[in-house]
Order: sequence, then structure tokens, then C-alpha cells
Amino acid sequence: MNKDPYLDMELLRFSTAGSVDDGKSTLIGRMLYDSKSIFEDQYEAIEKTSRKKGDEQVNLALLTDGLRAEREQGITIDVAYRYFATPKRKFIIADTPGHIQYTRNMVTGASTSNLSIILVDARKGIIEQTYRHTFISSLLGIPHVVFCINKMDLVDYDETIFYQIKKDIEAFSSKLNVRDIHFIPISALNGDNVVNKSTKMDWYQGGTLLYLLENIHIGSDHNHIDCRFPVQYVIRPQSTEFPDYRGYAGRIAGGVFKPGDEIAALPSGFTSKIKSIDTADGELKEAFAPQSVTITLEDEIDISRGDMIVRINNQPKVSQDLDIMVCWMSDKPLIKGGKYALIHTTNEARCIIKEVKYKVNINTLHREESDHNIGMNDIGRISIRTTKPLFFDSYQKNRNTGSLILIDEGTHETVGACMIID
Amino acid sequence: MQAYNLSHLSELESEAIYVLREVAAQFENPVLLFSGGKDSITCAHLARKAFWPAKIPFTFMHVDTGHNFPETIEFRDYYLNKLGVNLIVSSVQDCINQGLVIEEKGFNASRNALQTVALLKGVEENKFDAAIGGARRDEEKARAKERFFSHRDDFGQWDPKNQRPELWNIFNGKKNLGESFRIFPISNWTEMDIWQYILKEKIELPSLYFSHERECFIREGVVMSTGEHVPQRPEEATAKMSVRFRTIGDMTCTGAVYSDADSLEKIIEEVASTRVTERGTRSDDKRSEAAMEDRKKQGYF
Ligand SMILES: Nc1nc2c(ncn2[C@@H]2O[C@H](COP(=O)(O)OP(=O)(O)OP(=O)(O)O)[C@@H](O)[C@H]2O)c(=O)[nH]1
Ligand SMILES: [Mg+2]
Repeated sequence: MNKDPYLDMELLRFSTAGSVDDGKSTLIGRMLYDSKSIFEDQYEAIEKTSRKKGDEQVNLALLTDGLRAEREQGITIDVAYRYFATPKRKFIIADTPGHIQYTRNMVTGASTSNLSIILVDARKGIIEQTYRHTFISSLLGIPHVVFCINKMDLVDYDETIFYQIKKDIEAFSSKLNVRDIHFIPISALNGDNVVNKSTKMDWYQGGTLLYLLENIHIGSDHNHIDCRFPVQYVIRPQSTEFPDYRGYAGRIAGGVFKPGDEIAALPSGFTSKIKSIDTADGELKEAFAPQSVTITLEDEIDISRGDMIVRINNQPKVSQDLDIMVCWMSDKPLIKGGKYALIHTTNEARCIIKEVKYKVNINTLHREESDHNIGMNDIGRISIRTTKPLFFDSYQKNRNTGSLILIDEGTHETVGACMIID
Repeated sequence: MQAYNLSHLSELESEAIYVLREVAAQFENPVLLFSGGKDSITCAHLARKAFWPAKIPFTFMHVDTGHNFPETIEFRDYYLNKLGVNLIVSSVQDCINQGLVIEEKGFNASRNALQTVALLKGVEENKFDAAIGGARRDEEKARAKERFFSHRDDFGQWDPKNQRPELWNIFNGKKNLGESFRIFPISNWTEMDIWQYILKEKIELPSLYFSHERECFIREGVVMSTGEHVPQRPEEATAKMSVRFRTIGDMTCTGAVYSDADSLEKIIEEVASTRVTERGTRSDDKRSEAAMEDRKKQGYF
């Protein structure tokens, strides 16, 4: 039975991005439809809704636009997660909104994805939201970016338009940190180059979008070098069977841990050796990101939630002063000198905004050093001082130990997504 | 170098365990909502694994509509006894008796809307600050919009147009007095993932999920089980049919499917080839286009 082809598959998480109405939701609907991942009752339901609204065609965007308000307005407001599988891979899709007002929801969807599909309307070329979303994708360290030049049906499937937009994007993205970049001309509405190869664009020799999603190499997207284990919860059964058991539960944030490894616990700096790596299914010989495990140590040292277990000879930075890029998500602008709560891995602290260094001009990528006003959807570089030392890596090096969120202490809302520079 | 890759099931398991541990760490009084269906059983199983060898640090609560399949209740008591956890029952019948809600009447009457009242009452009376549920995003279009940590105001209401951002794997469970969270550790699992996991982990399930002979009748194209709480019209003829259930809700609104699948392997084959969603057998979702969204806004999980 273990030969079941579905039982052991790779998982790819991807998200959509691009300006409002560029066709993100239609594309996801088209991909689900053409890969036969839509159920009959789902299709009947959106058929009925489309008919009621007087649409000529079945509106495939309704597969992800599930909220009443989204259907009324014909836009996406919040991320919708959809799932499908082909014999090659399993996919988790985050279909995100293009509207600038909902950028924070786009960031939510993109923050956990390994691949970003950025749509561009062939008639309009790159516009401010394309810049913003491309920049956010690069800031979030999403390793793979696929630009889909959409609505090719509305420009007569003209190759010169495709190549011009490609050139414009390349000029822009060369200034960014994007490892792996692709371009595909598509029509989400008609399904050209989504799952099936287009018959109208012979000039395009590359694969379809689905082909790319199935074959892109994702094996090295986690950090398996720098060992980081943020302690999430201490397990102490105090039962007759396990009277003295003391295990540190958590999800490995980087590296590979093995029993016998020499470790240090931060912030205390006490050292010990890993005695065992436990799971309910038995002990492991090694464990790596993103596994959830329980670590026991040879020595009784004081460790609690928020502490970090690391290898003695490979330690993260420890500091109360951090330089970060922040993506602001609240109507209330960031306050210089203001105090915020923060969560970093399993650690919580408070911080003060010491300095706003610059705001990024989304269109030009220029650093506006005189503009210190970071409002909703703005991205800027700031420095903070925390109430206690954090143990961190740069976001570039590790997405888990290099990210943190800022929280408004009055409302408890998450107001800032932060990527640590150093 | 060796490839350090997790299979999709291991990755989903690891994610769910991480979420459950986060709940135990961030909240004072969390509850796991347990209905006796496959998704809440999977959550309970994951909770056992997350805290092993310690006990599960959550109270369990069943929101009991009084219209359950007897097999569900029997299994619930058997399974939770085996797990060794505490069960609280918040009963819709009590809410009706106390005059908090009025029951629908007629052949298609359902206690589904009333469930929300019993849920909120249970949460309030026991001062639970987080309620863990086995809802999955692939089940329904409003659920597709949920966060892992879903913030609820002091009336238990969901505001889908203004959800908190949820970044990376950092979960913000901070809240003001009276507010609470609904938590969905298996958000990213599909029906197929659940079945494969149940097979892999050899998780026990109520017999209802497997093909069996049952007295049923057909209403508006849906195969309904006969039973104490299911009023039948005279023209709705009863017959013995070979069926199983894809989801387990109230007897009054959960339809069966014709099936010979009497083993997990056969169920997986059936799920792989089916062309309708599991919620397609639930008449509670069919009442209006936004039925689930509306219920969630009122405090349903
Ligand atoms: N002609 C044509 N129209 C398209 C194509 N793709 C999408 N559209 C139309 O563009 C409009 C917007 O599509 P959506 O898929 O809702 O756009 P979106 O990017 O999801 O928009 P937001 O989520 O609100 O940002 C709809 O009317 C679609 O039918 C395409 O390839 N060709
Ligand atoms: Mg959309």
C-alpha cells in the first residue's frame, strides 16, 4: 500500500500577485479547471452564480473569490487557499488580492510561499502594483518568481508586446534579489499556456505554467546548514511512566540536528549534548527543518520557551539592536520613538523604534532618505532596540530566524512584517 | 549531500503539531472542539503526538445538537476514554430548554444554526480563550479564507473583511479581555490528505465512514438515513442500501453516499475518483450561497 503514488509527494506552496484585475483569480480557476481539480458541485455553484450575474462565460475567479463582498465587487479582498495535486506534486495555492488597500493580505499569502506568480496585463505592462508586488516578493525571499503576461488574447497574441514587457521587467528586477525568474505569455481566460499549450503563440517555445510548477527544483529552499531550534514548549509529563522526562518541543528552524551533537542554549550559553530527538513514533537519528520534534539533553539546564538551542560552533547573532526592513500594515503610521510588542520565532519582547532610515520608493526602488513617514503598505528600513537580546540570522540566510512581527500594544493587531538585515 | 525533503504528509503533520504547541504555549485555557468526525479525530491524534509523552493539555468539548448518529456518540466516548482526556458537552437541547433559542420546525429543520449558540455558551461559561477546530480550507469557500489563528471579537464574531495579517509561521494570539481565537491546525489538509494520514497512522474511526447496510430514503436527491430525529414524509420510501458517510454531522442534514468501500484503501480509491465535494452531501451548506460565511460571522467555527 505504501506504493500509493499519492502517499509520498513533494509539496510546493505558491502565491499569486499583481495588480487588481490582472487576472490572478481567473488564472487559478483556469488552472484548477483544466487540471480537472474542480468538483461537479463546485462548478455547478459558480455556473449558477455567473448566470445570475449575467456573465457570458462561467466566471472561474468565483472559485477563489468566496466571500459575499468579493462576489459583489468582483475583486479579491483576502487570501484564498486552494489545493490540488497532479501525479508529480501537491500544490498549496494562495490567491491574493491585487488591490493596494489589501496589500497586507498579499503579504500574508506570499510569506509562506516558495514561488510567486506575478501577473501582468499585456495591455498595460508594468504598473505600480507590479513593482510593489515584485519588490515584496524579493523582500520576502521567495526563491522562484514566474511572470505571467496575461490577457494575450486582447493583444492578438503579439510576441513583440510580450518581449517588450519581459525586457521592462528584467531591467527592473536586475536591481532586486530574485534567484530564479521565468516569463510565460498566457490567457487565463482562454487557458493558453496555463495547463495546455497555446495553439496561438507558436513563437513561444517554453513550457506551460503547470509544467513549470511541476518541474521547478525546490529541494534546497530550506536552510539545512545553520542549526537553529527555537524552544516552543517544555514537555514534562511527571507521570509514573516518565517521572523525570524533560523534553524541549519545537520546530526546527534551520540545520540538521543529531543525537550526540554538542549544543549551546541561548541566552544562558550553557552547553550540553543532545541525548535524543523524540517523536511520538520513536526516536530519530537526525532531524531537519521544518520537522516538529522534541529534544532531550544530557544535562539538566534551565531552558524555557523563547530560548534557542544551537550548535556550539555555529551561533546566531545575539543583540538588542536590529536593522530591519519593515512592511507596514496598519492605518496608524509607524511612530518614530514608538514602542511595540514583537514576536520573533517563539520569543516575545518589546521594542522601541530608534530610527527610520529611509522609505522605499516603489516605482523607482530609490531610497527616500528624507521621507520618514511609514504608513499603510509602505516599505522602509528602520532600526529598533529590544528590551532583551534576540537570537537571529539575517532574513537572507534564514526565513524563520530572520523574520519578526510588530504588534500594536493597544489593539494587539499585527502592524509590521519585518525582515532582519543584520 | 543527502536530500533533506519531507513528504507532504510529514510536512502537514509537522505544521499541525507546531500550531497545537503554539496554542498550548500562548493561551491559558484552550479547548479542542471534538465532534467525533474524522477531522476532529485527526486533530485529537495530532494533539496526542504533539505533547507525547505528556498528556494533551486541552479540555475537549462536544457541541451536542442532540441529533447525532448513535454511532458517533458511542465512538466519541470510547475514543476519548482511551485518550484519557476530559470531555465537556455543551448541549443544544439545553439551550432550547432554557429558551435561549427557538427550534426550527418542518421536514428540513436543522439545529445547525443553534449550534453556534451552544458553542458560544460553552466557550463563555468555561472561559475558554481559544477553541481548536478541525475545519479545513478545502472544505468550503468561506473556510478557504481562514487564518490558522482566527481572531474573534467578544461576541465570537469573525470579520472576514478585516482579518489580522498572519506572517510566516508567527502566530499572534494576543487579544483583549473577552476576545478569543478559533484555531485550525489542519487548515492546509485536503480530504485526501486526511484519509492517507488515517491510513498511515492507523487511526480508528466511527463505523459510519465505512460501507454498511442501512435503512435510507431519498430526499431531493440526497440519501438520508432513517432515524429518531429524521422526520419522513409518507411518500419517502425506505429501503436497505449499501452506503457510507463522507462527513458526519447531524442525522438531519448529513447525506450518505452509495459505496462498497469497507476499508481505508478502498475509501482512498473512492475519494480519488469522486467528482463531488464532501460538503456536497451536507444540506446545511446548501441553504444559501453564503451559508457558511454567515454562520462563521455569527461565531460558528
Ligand atoms: N480577455 C481576458 N480577460 C481576462 C483574462 N484573465 C482575466 N480576465 C478578466 O479580467 C477581470 C479580472 O479578473 P480577476 O481574475 O478577478 O482579477 P484578479 O487579478 O484576481 O483581481 P483582484 O484579485 O481583485 O486583484 C475579469 O473580468 C476576468 O474575466 C484573460 O486572459 N483575457
Ligand atoms: Mg482575485
